[in-house]
Amino acid sequence: MSENRQVTFSVWRGNHQSGGFENYHTEISEGMVVLDAVHQIQAESAPDLACRWNCKAGKCGSCSAEVNGKPKLMCMTRIDTIDTSKPVTIEPMRSFPSVRDLVTDVSWNYRVKESIKPFKPRKPDAEDGTWRMDQADVERVQEFRKCIECFLCQDVCHVLREHHKHGEFAGPRHFVYQAALDMHPLDEEERLAQVKDENGIGYCNITKCCTKVCPEHITITDNAIIPLKERVNDEFYDPLTKLFKIFRAKRKADRHD
Amino acid sequence: MGTPECITHEHEVLIIGAGGAGLRAAIEAASTGVNVGVVCKSLLGKAHTVMAEGGMAASMGNVDDRDNWRVHFSDTMRGGQYLNNWRMAQLHAQQAADRVRELESWGALFDRTRDGKILQRNFGGHKYPRLAHVGDRTGLEMIRTLQDHGIHQGIKFYMEYTVLELLTDGGRIAGAVGYDREKGRFHVWKAPAIVMATGGIGRAFKITSNSWEYTGDGHALAYRAGAELKDMEFVQFHPTGMVWPPSVRGILVTEGVRGEGGVLRNSEGRRFMFDDIPDLYKDQTATDPEEGWRYVTGDKNAMRPPELLTRDHVARCIVREIREGRGSPHGGVYLDIAWIKEKMGKAEAHIRKKLPSMYHQFKQLAGVDITKDAMEVGPTTHYAMGGVNVDGETQMSTVPGLFACGEVAAGLHGANRLGGNSLSDLVVFGKLAGEHAVKWAQAHPTPTLDQGQIQGVCRAALEPLERDTGESPYEIQSSLQEMMQAKVGIVRTESEMEQAVVSIAALKTKAANTSVPGNIEYNPGWHTAVDLPNLMVVSEAVARCGMDRKESRGAHFREDHPSKEPSHANHNTIVSRGGDGEMKVERRTIPKMPDDLAGIIKEMG
Repeated sequence: MSENRQVTFSVWRGNHQSGGFENYHTEISEGMVVLDAVHQIQAESAPDLACRWNCKAGKCGSCSAEVNGKPKLMCMTRIDTIDTSKPVTIEPMRSFPSVRDLVTDVSWNYRVKESIKPFKPRKPDAEDGTWRMDQADVERVQEFRKCIECFLCQDVCHVLREHHKHGEFAGPRHFVYQAALDMHPLDEEERLAQVKDENGIGYCNITKCCTKVCPEHITITDNAIIPLKERVNDEFYDPLTKLFKIFRAKRKADRHD
Repeated sequence: MGTPECITHEHEVLIIGAGGAGLRAAIEAASTGVNVGVVCKSLLGKAHTVMAEGGMAASMGNVDDRDNWRVHFSDTMRGGQYLNNWRMAQLHAQQAADRVRELESWGALFDRTRDGKILQRNFGGHKYPRLAHVGDRTGLEMIRTLQDHGIHQGIKFYMEYTVLELLTDGGRIAGAVGYDREKGRFHVWKAPAIVMATGGIGRAFKITSNSWEYTGDGHALAYRAGAELKDMEFVQFHPTGMVWPPSVRGILVTEGVRGEGGVLRNSEGRRFMFDDIPDLYKDQTATDPEEGWRYVTGDKNAMRPPELLTRDHVARCIVREIREGRGSPHGGVYLDIAWIKEKMGKAEAHIRKKLPSMYHQFKQLAGVDITKDAMEVGPTTHYAMGGVNVDGETQMSTVPGLFACGEVAAGLHGANRLGGNSLSDLVVFGKLAGEHAVKWAQAHPTPTLDQGQIQGVCRAALEPLERDTGESPYEIQSSLQEMMQAKVGIVRTESEMEQAVVSIAALKTKAANTSVPGNIEYNPGWHTAVDLPNLMVVSEAVARCGMDRKESRGAHFREDHPSKEPSHANHNTIVSRGGDGEMKVERRTIPKMPDDLAGIIKEMG
């Protein structure tokens, strides 16, 4: 069993106007996670150190931060898995405006989600007034519904982080949400135009950074974004589909004559 | 000191809390077209419901068609040792299935049976496979479904706001006063009807599966506004929480592990649960491990293994093994699911598929691969059966206009809650509370707010920031948690609970004298300080009710009164605030059950 030891944490303190790193030393015992260290620092030396957390079990996605520069859930990052030979840096997610210390303003994500057309099921078609669904069809979507909305994928996405396209690009989290709706066995809403125009899926150049940081191990790029891109291509850019649409529109117009 | 400024909001129905119960209440209220506000302590979708794992109990009969609401009702009453509000147990059993189907129509994707229906799993105390589920993340599915549906219903959400006090007008509810975390500004909500859906009290204890939010706010707010609390002695200690490493102690290990065939063993390798089977469950329990395995794999003629007895009993058996020296190295017992590879092919893949969160949780936090090795587990504070005393029909508390639903309300679960009955509780009573809150609000026009009371609350809240020296709120909270764990935990005695009441009085004085540095903007030290009075109320209520119930029943176990006593079999324990501000405890006889319900109990044995 390892001995307890002192580790230095360099924690970003500040707000939307200014801020910088401050060093705190605290004792680390076996099995501790980064969030434990933050709590210990609060109790010992910085009672007003702001941080979000809820479940402390990797299920709620509240304690997202950047630990030694990597986007992580603090509650699931064991200190013995990171380099502690130098001060361990803990910073807020950098793709969102700072509120205070480790807390960021993630309200933009909630607004984007609200703008996406809600779930619209087809009419119940089983005798008992409900639906039948196959486990295999359900499972495909269940992968996306594992999302805990920690927004680490949004944090690491360069379209948001470097290029600040928050107005034109919904980010990986919302493509996962769109994919879940699109592949939901009961849903019959049409959202592809929204995915293309409002959500700006074309900005994603599939670098897969989002997939790498997902604490729920959702294969965001391959299973959600690429299929959505293919659907958008088929619907809006495929020459054959385009021809067919023109033809269909013409026939419709002819019929009305 | 100047007069703190308040931002005023007005709603016809105000919901406090945005877990499953609060969201369901809000959706119901909004569906009638009234103006609804929801105040929640965290971001939307992060409430404690997200942690529920195993599933949601509803007698749909998709897996075993012998199931129906009458069996579910009878199971719930037996699990609660007949202290339940029988009307609530009846409504819950009758309506749970519709609430599950409703979630499906809002987009929830439950696991399926072979013929495409909602799959149901076994759980402790349920006679038939009854829990609709999504792997071991059912709570996440539920809260996300309600959230994604709720955001399109015209509800106003106040994220990261905390309510400090309820406001009354001539004894009826008039509104609430609180602050927002981000800026620390004060807010007043004017509302003729308020639905309390704030969850539980787990943070009063050291070892808990509950998050920081669970400081008993709803219980304490209602109590101070004049409402009665009921059955506060019944705190559920979930039998299986993680015990190692120390920093994760208390994190929940779902009962689903046992539902899928996991067994409990002591350090001698013995399945000790077979050693002590209560009389009430003798006829429903497997006689040997073989029968237990047949049960968890769907044999309708087999009885459940003793690992699936009610949580109170399993937790006590684990404590006995540990106390008598047969525990695991870190003070727990072993929970083994890996053993099923003796019984089935591809067991490792099966475990990862059925229990994905558990697999990751142990792998990441404890370095244990549950498909290969046993887990170390021990009891953890999990759930408050007690709470605001509500009318079974309307969910209204004893304060007119104040409703309560979900964990903060008492009644459905009696002396012990069955696993899976919590998620269904949230949506069944969330809906009813929302419905009746609207009716009340429409019949009782706008109340008047007491500006003096509002100013008093705001000024008191600011005191910790204004004191230059004083107590640390973190230290008070952790002293309280250690004390409650030691004195009012899973095994209780009169003298220890008496000591607890004395300690709470001393801690209350300290809590009234806290000092925190920094300002009002997102200051967790300050937030901890203003939550303390709520923790004190619930802790005192648990200890006082525990002293009054001089017997062992359900989750309440007294070493000095180890048996059930007939003299306590027919009353609830009621707590209220006396005229002198002191906490009053009284016993109240449970109303007689109507003949049809009594008939069901009798018939089910």
